[in-house]
Amino acid sequence: MSEHLAMIEECGARGVEVKRPSGLDGVHGLIIPGGESTTIGKLIDEYKFESALLELGASGVPVFGTCAGLIVMAARVEGRHGPGLRLADVGVRRNAFGRQVDSFEEDIVVRGIEDEGRPFRAVFIRAPVIEEAGAGVEVMARFGEGVVMAREDNYLLSAFHPELTGDGRIHDYFLRMVRESIGGIGTRRSIKRDSEV
Amino acid sequence: MEKGTDTVKRGLAEMLKGGVIMDVTNVEHARIAEEAGAVAVMALERVPADIRASGGVARMADPAVIEGIMEAVTIPVMAKCRIGHFVEAQVLEAMGVDYIDESEVLTPADESYHVDKHRFRVPFVCGAINLGEALRRLGEGAAMLRTKGEAGTGNVVEAVRHMRAITGEVRRLATLPDEELMSAAKELRAPYEEVVEVARAGKLPVVNFSAGGIATPADAALMMQLGADGVFVGSGIFKSEEPAVRARAIVRATTHFEDPELIAEVSSGLGEAMRGLEISEISKENLIQFRGW
Repeated sequence: MSEHLAMIEECGARGVEVKRPSGLDGVHGLIIPGGESTTIGKLIDEYKFESALLELGASGVPVFGTCAGLIVMAARVEGRHGPGLRLADVGVRRNAFGRQVDSFEEDIVVRGIEDEGRPFRAVFIRAPVIEEAGAGVEVMARFGEGVVMAREDNYLLSAFHPELTGDGRIHDYFLRMVRESIGGIGTRRSIKRDSEV
Repeated sequence: MEKGTDTVKRGLAEMLKGGVIMDVTNVEHARIAEEAGAVAVMALERVPADIRASGGVARMADPAVIEGIMEAVTIPVMAKCRIGHFVEAQVLEAMGVDYIDESEVLTPADESYHVDKHRFRVPFVCGAINLGEALRRLGEGAAMLRTKGEAGTGNVVEAVRHMRAITGEVRRLATLPDEELMSAAKELRAPYEEVVEVARAGKLPVVNFSAGGIATPADAALMMQLGADGVFVGSGIFKSEEPAVRARAIVRATTHFEDPELIAEVSSGLGEAMRGLEISEISKENLIQFRGW
């Protein structure tokens, strides 16, 4: 999570950790980071984050889920899983590439980010994959048979960890979503917060 | 597709930051740990307190037990191999465990050399009592560190000593001019390249958890405030009166380590903690922290 924060600051916005639902007040964008989706799900329950997160999403605030964050946001999750937020109209499979020994890095093309012809070094760690997506979901990147990055309105989803490489283009893309949603494109300093839920 | 790179190995540890990794010896304990919010479990044959009490040679756990735990939980499963026992490490890698702890808690298999961790695709975590030891382990390919503390004692004093030693040495390195770094490497008995990296960045290049003696929520929060990225809890949970409640309380205190009111709340009515050992009553040859070279 500290990597997300560092990346956000590098891209010219301010980021803070959110550890309780009250921390969501006034945020202009939210990243639900990687970690273990089982653990994150339990923390969402324990600290009663669910309604606040659903409200935030419904109000149009951009929410970016990476890896475990994607699983938490997905409407459908294959295999055993606790209650999710069901924000984004996608179906995901957890640990789609296997356990840690099969975790990998790969250059992929991500549509819509700056200089999109230049590959993005994507780091997949016990990563999930998006197996199916609703009609309103725009596919941004694929790897093999699966979708590994997508956007649905104010929701951004990635199966990999854009915060673990030095490349800030995906965070830039997300901050553009944030700036568009608050209206003052490039003129207002957006307060971007990061969630540790 | 590149597997087993430093980024991938160190990256998993990054995802565990701010969390608690719990020692478990069977499926039931693993489920309790997962239910309590552990970010990973460490599968081993006996918890350190039992190893200390019963003596004998402590080895890698039975593969059947580890497999059972891997099937029972969805969080990452780590397992311990003996220092220098690269075949135990090969076995654990072949089984697909997510992280290997080359651990001083088990009886060392080699009194001169650690496992060459670069040769493995699975990442390793290793213990250290000071910066020199930490950087030697990184030089051998460890992707995550933990301070050793004194395992199986329920006494946090050694964990504090080791964390302060490492953070203090990192701070000192960061103040040194370049021409002093080679001598610093010599004093630390650490690889020069690792010393330079730490000096330039002013921090360790990998995640560093605290381990060895954490028994209460306040212990866990203490280690977090001293700069730990997360905590390992071994005997402290399953040697206490009410493991499930204590496990959950330690997880909450680790997340909210800067919130004394919450720590007070979660610490209330936990039942008895493990009894614990006074370090000065343990003879030097029975101190686990000095295993490792």
